[in-house]
Amino acid sequence: MTTTLTPVDAVLVGFGWTGAIMGQQLCDAGLNVVALERGPWRDTATDFATGFAQDELRYMWRHHLFQNVSDDTLTIRNNVNQEALPMRHLGSFLLGTGVGSGGVHWNGQIWRFLPTDFLTRSHNQQRYGKKAVSDYDMTVQDWGITYDELEPHYDQFDKVCGTSGKAGNLRGKIQPGGNPFEGARANEYPTPPMSQTYGPTLFGKAAAELGRHPFPHPTGNLSEAYTNPLGAQLGACTYCGFCEKFGCGNYSKASPQTTILPYLMQKSNFTLKTECEVLRVELSPDRKRATGVTYVNSAGEEFFQPAEMVILSAYVLQNVRLLLLSGIGKPYDPKTGEGVVGKNYAYQTMSSVNVFFDDKIINPFIGAGALATVIDDFNGDNFDHSGLGFIGGAYIAGMVTGGRPIEMIYTPEGTPNWGLEWKHAAAKNYLRSFSLSIHGSCMSARGNYLDLDPTYRDIHGRPMLRMTFDFTGNDHKMSDYLTDRAAEVARAMNPREIKLNRRTGAWNVVPYQTTHNTGGAIMGDNPRNSVVNKYLQTWDVPNVFSMGAGAFPQNAGYNPTATLAALAYYSAAAIKSQYLKAPGPLVRT
Amino acid sequence: MSTKASLDRRDFLIGGVALGVGGVSAAAVHDGELGGPPQVFHGSVPWQEGTADAPPEASGSQYEYFTPTEAAFIEAAVGRLIPDDPVGPGAVEANVPFFLDHQLAGPFGRGDHYYLGGPWPKGTPEQGYQSRYSPAQLYRAAITAIDAYVGTHLGSPAFARLAPADQDKVLKGLESGEIALDNGVDSKSFFAMLLQNTKEGYFSDPIYGGNKDMAAWKMIGFPGAHYDYKEWVSRHGERVPYPTVGFKGRPGWRKA
Repeated sequence: MTTTLTPVDAVLVGFGWTGAIMGQQLCDAGLNVVALERGPWRDTATDFATGFAQDELRYMWRHHLFQNVSDDTLTIRNNVNQEALPMRHLGSFLLGTGVGSGGVHWNGQIWRFLPTDFLTRSHNQQRYGKKAVSDYDMTVQDWGITYDELEPHYDQFDKVCGTSGKAGNLRGKIQPGGNPFEGARANEYPTPPMSQTYGPTLFGKAAAELGRHPFPHPTGNLSEAYTNPLGAQLGACTYCGFCEKFGCGNYSKASPQTTILPYLMQKSNFTLKTECEVLRVELSPDRKRATGVTYVNSAGEEFFQPAEMVILSAYVLQNVRLLLLSGIGKPYDPKTGEGVVGKNYAYQTMSSVNVFFDDKIINPFIGAGALATVIDDFNGDNFDHSGLGFIGGAYIAGMVTGGRPIEMIYTPEGTPNWGLEWKHAAAKNYLRSFSLSIHGSCMSARGNYLDLDPTYRDIHGRPMLRMTFDFTGNDHKMSDYLTDRAAEVARAMNPREIKLNRRTGAWNVVPYQTTHNTGGAIMGDNPRNSVVNKYLQTWDVPNVFSMGAGAFPQNAGYNPTATLAALAYYSAAAIKSQYLKAPGPLVRT
Repeated sequence: MSTKASLDRRDFLIGGVALGVGGVSAAAVHDGELGGPPQVFHGSVPWQEGTADAPPEASGSQYEYFTPTEAAFIEAAVGRLIPDDPVGPGAVEANVPFFLDHQLAGPFGRGDHYYLGGPWPKGTPEQGYQSRYSPAQLYRAAITAIDAYVGTHLGSPAFARLAPADQDKVLKGLESGEIALDNGVDSKSFFAMLLQNTKEGYFSDPIYGGNKDMAAWKMIGFPGAHYDYKEWVSRHGERVPYPTVGFKGRPGWRKA
């Protein structure tokens, strides 16, 4: 039996970053908002207090803050000729759950995409020809939105987080010490950059000697105490080295908990329900309007929550799955190239270079999620790709996020994984090594997509999401080229030796890479090439909005959070200024 | 190892609640993240005293999961994966077998964070773990199968009775997948899990039963669960002189 609840103005499906942002924006506009989160409530003092937050085993390896895949996972395969099988254990990406979700256990790496990243197809085609954007069956698209349109909302997110960094381009004027390649920003970062430890400092020096343009990584691990526009207070980071995969016990990492919830939770027009999983979006008989959502709680009780607006603010994989399960938009078919839901799933192409010294104590345990010196000389279209055979790029970061010993002991080339030789290498190199991270773009391609699995079902009897993905030749070429550029910087640091960890072979679900899944509910300028318009409003059902990185038509060489947050603010602004006055399509077709 | 007898700094910081209530009940409530009651929040930021989600401590000193035969295999195997020498402790000396036993006896062993539903085709290496077994079941099935292999091919009743060099050969055969095992055990999968869990026991906080005396941390120079390194951020290349510390502090913090 399904109990029908009192109607609300808007229901949020999922309560991480985009849920918190939309909740705050819509409640401030006077709407009655209910958020449904399938995981538990989480707060700093209870769930990741400093007394026990730095626990590598529990959080990283036992997945204490991550989505539990035991009753709901997805199926995976590299191509359509394989049988998709369940991802039985988290590995390649670490899905969030609970209040704050991935925003609790992220690293706090806050990047804006380049202006040309929003014009992946038109810009690259114009500069390098049609083949450059269509080789390897690539299906890259323009976003249908520009950097300039998003800039005020990137700024809004920076102010909420208190982002620590140094501007490289202030209103068109290049600034010393910042990233000279970035799009123009209206304002300096709210707080100054973090202090750099030894490893990132050595990287910056070597990169500068090679003529590159090093700058401090922009970060949501704050360099100093900060009060944001919502009155939330963050403390200065203590460099404990437990950010990504961990909650911050010190109120130093920007998260929904530290930036928005203290304000939003007190609003009388906001209600949060935890342990409530949305099963589907319900549509009117003509399927042109959502009437609300059906959800089931952890007690097994089923409810229908009527709502004027449905905001899908879960993780990209859940948003896409809910669109497919609810019949919103036409599912993508890789054989014909028709349909849009599930299309252009993409990821992040990661590689690294380990650097080993004899004479330098790096102290890798002094770290933070975004503690790095970075070069952006080879990202996006910041360099001439003529003759290289690929588009896209990566930032290269001399980064020390921490020295967690189960995960982060680097041993030289040829060291076995166990035995006395391994132990001796661990003992010798732990304090004297660190890693350069090469954070590469991932171009969408015809065969990479999301749909519903024909075999496996979740605990509610719904088909699991099926992910079909492999890196394209474009991404492999890009990653090899970028790894070589990182190796140049590594060698210029005069280490004893280095080790290149290239991205080789097919995508593998086992080793952790990054939780930057994108696409499947992509944005664009018309309903034939996209699921949502530039305001994240679904073309087919105008009172359903789909948030998050699912909107990215392909993934740039940066972490996605700031861009998906800026898109949410952009969407909220349009809802407040236009949609609420005249509910209906915000873009006419 | 009694925590209740002494109130150390960490107990105090986390309200004395979590460790005071006892690791076992905390684990029962919090591990798995499934089945918490639905909650409604309206008008305030909820906070409840006495609910700190502190980690469950491994208690006792006896094996809870391993049979004597399994314990003999584990002690022999992890002793080869991380042997003892003057550079630092071996896995046995770091109490890794006890850690493994308690992990397998609890939520990890039960596969609380694994999807184990069928069907169960073998899959490609890129598709990762595809066994129907939970980790505890896999250890049990694998140890039986490895001892059977040793009996058939090496003429010894058990892996634990082999000479160290022969043990290494078997471990390498499992690692590469060259040794095929009965009981539906994928040898590479099992070896990967055993090695990973061994390193976990070697380097995790001592509350989980391994990393005895934090000796593995001391060997590499990791100072443990300190929470503030601000003073050392800009002191490049210097050794940080902090003593090694775990969640329950260090010996100097406690009364004898």
